[in-house]
Amino acid sequence: MAVIDAPSITTPPQAGWLKRNKLSIAPWIFLAPALAFFTLYVVMPIFESLYLSLFEWNGLYDADGNSTAVYIGLENYAKLWDDPNFRTSLVNNLLWLFLFFLAVPLGLLIALFLNQEMPGMRIYKSLFFFPFVISQVVVGLIFGWFYNPDFGVVGTIWKALFCEETVNFVGNVTFKCSSPPPDILSSPEFATYGIIAAGLWPQIAYCMILYLTGLNNVAADQIEAARLDGAKGWKMLWYVVLPQLRPATFIAVVVTVIGALRSFDMIAIMTQGGPFGSTNVLAYYMYEVAISEYGERYGYGSAVAVVLFAIMLVFISYFLWRMYQDEKGTR
Amino acid sequence: MFPRPIAAASPKGISYQAFLPVALLIWLIPLLAIFLTSIRPGADINSGNVFGIPSDFVFIENYTAVFTQSEAAMYLWNSVKITVPSVLISVSLACLAGYALAIYKFRVALPLFFLFVAGNFIPFQILMVPVRDMSVQSGLYDTIAGQYLFHAAFQTGFCTLFMRNFIKALPFDLVESARVEGVAEWRIFWFVVLPLVRPAIAALAVLIFTFVWNDFFWANVLTQGEGAKPITAGVRALNGQFVNNWHLVSAASLLAAVPPVLMFFLMQRHFIAGLTLGAVK
Repeated sequence: MAVIDAPSITTPPQAGWLKRNKLSIAPWIFLAPALAFFTLYVVMPIFESLYLSLFEWNGLYDADGNSTAVYIGLENYAKLWDDPNFRTSLVNNLLWLFLFFLAVPLGLLIALFLNQEMPGMRIYKSLFFFPFVISQVVVGLIFGWFYNPDFGVVGTIWKALFCEETVNFVGNVTFKCSSPPPDILSSPEFATYGIIAAGLWPQIAYCMILYLTGLNNVAADQIEAARLDGAKGWKMLWYVVLPQLRPATFIAVVVTVIGALRSFDMIAIMTQGGPFGSTNVLAYYMYEVAISEYGERYGYGSAVAVVLFAIMLVFISYFLWRMYQDEKGTR
Repeated sequence: MFPRPIAAASPKGISYQAFLPVALLIWLIPLLAIFLTSIRPGADINSGNVFGIPSDFVFIENYTAVFTQSEAAMYLWNSVKITVPSVLISVSLACLAGYALAIYKFRVALPLFFLFVAGNFIPFQILMVPVRDMSVQSGLYDTIAGQYLFHAAFQTGFCTLFMRNFIKALPFDLVESARVEGVAEWRIFWFVVLPLVRPAIAALAVLIFTFVWNDFFWANVLTQGEGAKPITAGVRALNGQFVNNWHLVSAASLLAAVPPVLMFFLMQRHFIAGLTLGAVK
């Protein structure tokens, strides 16, 4: 060892510690800004939320700048257990997860339909993708209006089918209906389904584009070989095409799970959790609890967030494990 | 190709081509309906003409009304002021971090990479209270900077994931031979790797632009007044202001959607490459 450390032909004497270790120092210099920023805004807040969920706090500070939070242990979590709104949110979250998965097969279906070579096909594909590019706020507004029983599309179609139009002598139009048009977003039973349907629209578009890209890269020779062996239709799809689409399916599942658990915008726009809290999900309920008109409950809100985080963590661990397997494979 | 290609000139091909526009029309009905609404006079909606041909085409009148009767112009400008710095910061930081995680072999490279990946998947709500509290404490609450700093930091996770995978797929020999010739590390980054990752930078730029532009949650959490609100939150405010003026709400919503849509159509190839997380090539 001494021989190597002594000034020799390979290392000039003026090479300092920095130069000799540059390969182990350089990555940290490249990483530092991103890591610092990410730690400050993402990593640390996660632990702060975990910690805050053990306190009762309205977000205020006293005159000396000390937080007014009071430690209450696991009491917030105990309260969650008995909170009917929390239960509704949890059930709705499961419903979102379950129904959102429809986006994966439906996206595949549209992708299979569009995977042809025709004049102008590219434009069709991009137009089919359109709903994903629009903000969820706009999608929420569109569907909120779409569902409106008085002047929305659903109401209009309903009236055309089931109502009689009468015009009185002043010229005002009134309708006589055998049954009134459904007010989807005001009904505790159907509102959540209405919102999920709206949410599926952009999500299907997302899955579709993933599959279209995947289908583009399916090995043509394998398809031809399977065709020679007489495979076609469902069998071809199931045994030959789908296995090759696995990377696309994996990402479609990842983004769909995340989309389902993150659903916030649509609910905020379409129903704000109502009617009677029936469309709440954890993401929205947390916001409502933490920053509401009735005073801020940071501790309780954090407890709701921790539960959502815990659910997500199950999926995140699975995704990371899958990625880790792939990483090992490439080395 | 699967399904089996249909020849454009065959009877099947012709019926396929005839069915395509119909399918598209059905798929985009909500959007078409809102577009029609945005160019019809308000009186149409009250008289029940919601889905038919507008009695009068008032495209320009309605869209000008959005700008003259509301703060839409300010909201749109706020969105630009939030989105552009977010994109610049997060993509630059990710180029550096992605380079470090892809090129250097050090023990914590993979765990750190997974940290960025995981951070990208977490629910926003777990960050909400601390980030809001931190913003209030540091005077960043209800400001443009408060919003873009957060977005930049959060999106750095996704950008790093993408950048690292992209750089990892580049031929490592390039870096190796530059090192042998004694090129400094930062010069390798700047002159060898950075020119090669331009497609990744383009993909991330359009994608992060769309993500941040369409954000609604943080706009609500980190702002209070109207002054710093982006267009997504603005459209909601307009929705309250233009009650029963559906033609104006529709016009405003469509205006909010224009920049990401333009971005998508201009940079389609990059956009899609970004969406597939670079995994489906």
